[in-house]
Amino acid sequence: MSHYSKLNEQDFKAIGAELDAIRERVLADLGERDADYIHGMIKRQRQLEVSGRIMMMLPPTWLAGIAALSSSKILDNMEIGHNIMHGQYDWMGDPAVHSRHFDWDTANSAEQWKRTHNYEHHTFTNVLGHDHDVGYGLLRMSEDQPWEPRFLFNIPLAVVLHAFFQHFVAIQNLKLEDYLVYKTKSRAELAEEFKPMWQKIRKQLAKDYAFFPALAGPLAPLVFAGNLASNLTRNVWACAVIFNGHFPEQAEQFDESVLKDETRGHWYVRQLLGSANFEGGRLMHTMSGNLSFQVEHHLFPDLPAHRYQEIAPEVRAICERYGLPYNTGPFWKQTLSTWKRIARMSLPTLRKGRKAPAGTATTTAPQEEALAEAA
Amino acid sequence: MNPLNTIPATVQSRVHRALRSQLVERLTTPHGIDRYLEAFNPSWSVFETRARVTAVRRQTEDTVTIVLRPNANWQGFRAGQFIRLTAAIDGKRHTRCFSPANSVHAADGRIELTAKINPDGVLTRYLRDHATPGMVVTLSEADGSFALPTPRPARVLLISGGSGITPVMAMLRTLCDEGHAGRITFLHYANSANGQIYADELAEIAARHPNVALLRAYTDGKGGELGGLFSREQLAGAVPDYADAETFLCGPPGLMDRVEAVWQDDGISDRLHMERFTAAPVALPEDGNTEGEVRFARSERLAANDGDTLLNQAEAAGLTPESGCRMGICHTCTCTKTAGRVRDLRNGAVSDAGEEEIQICVSVPVGTVVLDL
Repeated sequence: MSHYSKLNEQDFKAIGAELDAIRERVLADLGERDADYIHGMIKRQRQLEVSGRIMMMLPPTWLAGIAALSSSKILDNMEIGHNIMHGQYDWMGDPAVHSRHFDWDTANSAEQWKRTHNYEHHTFTNVLGHDHDVGYGLLRMSEDQPWEPRFLFNIPLAVVLHAFFQHFVAIQNLKLEDYLVYKTKSRAELAEEFKPMWQKIRKQLAKDYAFFPALAGPLAPLVFAGNLASNLTRNVWACAVIFNGHFPEQAEQFDESVLKDETRGHWYVRQLLGSANFEGGRLMHTMSGNLSFQVEHHLFPDLPAHRYQEIAPEVRAICERYGLPYNTGPFWKQTLSTWKRIARMSLPTLRKGRKAPAGTATTTAPQEEALAEAA
Repeated sequence: MNPLNTIPATVQSRVHRALRSQLVERLTTPHGIDRYLEAFNPSWSVFETRARVTAVRRQTEDTVTIVLRPNANWQGFRAGQFIRLTAAIDGKRHTRCFSPANSVHAADGRIELTAKINPDGVLTRYLRDHATPGMVVTLSEADGSFALPTPRPARVLLISGGSGITPVMAMLRTLCDEGHAGRITFLHYANSANGQIYADELAEIAARHPNVALLRAYTDGKGGELGGLFSREQLAGAVPDYADAETFLCGPPGLMDRVEAVWQDDGISDRLHMERFTAAPVALPEDGNTEGEVRFARSERLAANDGDTLLNQAEAAGLTPESGCRMGICHTCTCTKTAGRVRDLRNGAVSDAGEEEIQICVSVPVGTVVLDL
């Protein structure tokens, strides 16, 4: 946390005030432009979805159908669903784009998502033990996370996570590792918690793998395979975008101790340090739900995401003024850096120049000390 | 304009039924069929009532009359009831109640609304300045118990003031369309003959129907069958048999209070039916952080406002609303405020008094607030 120590309380306060000012200015400016943007995006997504599902039923247009449905699912999840469920368009008062009513075309239910993502991930970003997105209970993504033998498979497990991302996210709240690895959760508890999740998962599976294939009659296998490919494409892309947002080597992971007496200014700085952008053209920004501006998104999670690009230069200038890093790089570079981290964490490593957090409040499991010793 | 209108009604209803089917629901989950239909035509909807504006008239300087053609989901209304009309202005939805003024038997199925322009009202000003044929709005189902009963009462007295004329106009037009045989007296109060909406049509109806007596009272004293404000003496002189009639009243608070007092004194309040279309104005206290009370409507609890955030006050009252970050970023605690003003702690902005979604973890009440919690 070298960047933290560079700043004094005055700085934190000033940074908080400057970022608040940006937020207020954008909020005051919200209007027709933002409404038109999200409505236009939804219209395009619905058109892509309908045309994709039709094209998939005809062999000559099968591939085009997959491309259209994949794009539809990506738009639905990233630029539309993720952003609407953050409350970015709540001010419009339209139930169709309101965080309380919106649900998305993925296995994860809106309710579950708002809990793990909007609250846990965005409030406790990159704080091990609080932000489950740090590894999803499956991977080791931070030095502070005690090494276990299963993390030798960090790379293949990360591939599995990418491929089945929607279902991993759907059951993220189960904290499956508590049952499988740490034995702190019983089978009965697990079954009970799984019930509401299954409601949504079931509907999504039925839609993509039973009803739409059935509509195609003898060509059902074609539609089944096409939907599988579209879901896979969306899964891999969404997972890659999210990993690039928090796990390139530039992005900091935090110890639980940072949460104590954290002010709004500290919170802003933690968001800055724990997130990373990636560069690209307009299509890249749209298809990533503008999470290519992950830094801006984490500072202002409820501002309409298409505004991030406009405020990015100001955020960058603030970083420069206070000597804070503004994490960014080309997509491929951020991806490479993320996978380097995944590979590095396979082996029992500790944070460079930093002792294991012995005896501090960060100890989350009894095995930690033993593992630290082993390391 | 709408290609669906050229399709026979039986085919339309069959399509409608198919689109409401469980299969369609399964195929369109989680968004639902409406979210797909509206991407192709904003007025198409299987579940929502939407309407297209077909005509706009400005009868007087401070009113606007719009005619709407609702989609197939419109269930009609009883004369006197109101509907909520929702339109997006600069991206934000605004909703207001209006009473249709047309007869329930209007052959073309259209709805006619006349709105008085409220100088502080975003929606009425917008309709005056920007409503044009083709615009699509969202409607609620008709609501309210202020309505002509069935069977129709033999003797009807209609009393209205200003723009309160619209629901009673619907009653008058409906009764006339039905060839109502009983006597109808229409007692209307307005500031002057000039600013009166539906003036010509009222005169025409009275001329055409011998059982309709039209009595107009202008406060400026010029013209009209009566003069000045409502009073017991005026009523007794003009409508001596008022106690025998079912009376329907809609107007500004002053008029309503005076009329109500007469009916109460006579012990015939059960024959008086009223619609209040303006709420008492809400005063904004200078620094009244602990004024008023917080009402939790759904759980039927009440707490004196102690100035804390609504989330804390809800929890102190023993409720367990959903919440998350408690700093205004995660929107987990968002809930509907049905009435009252709140201050956003982040920027000090004070909200409107109407219904809207708020984040209770960063909102403090400014006077009495009602939450749907």
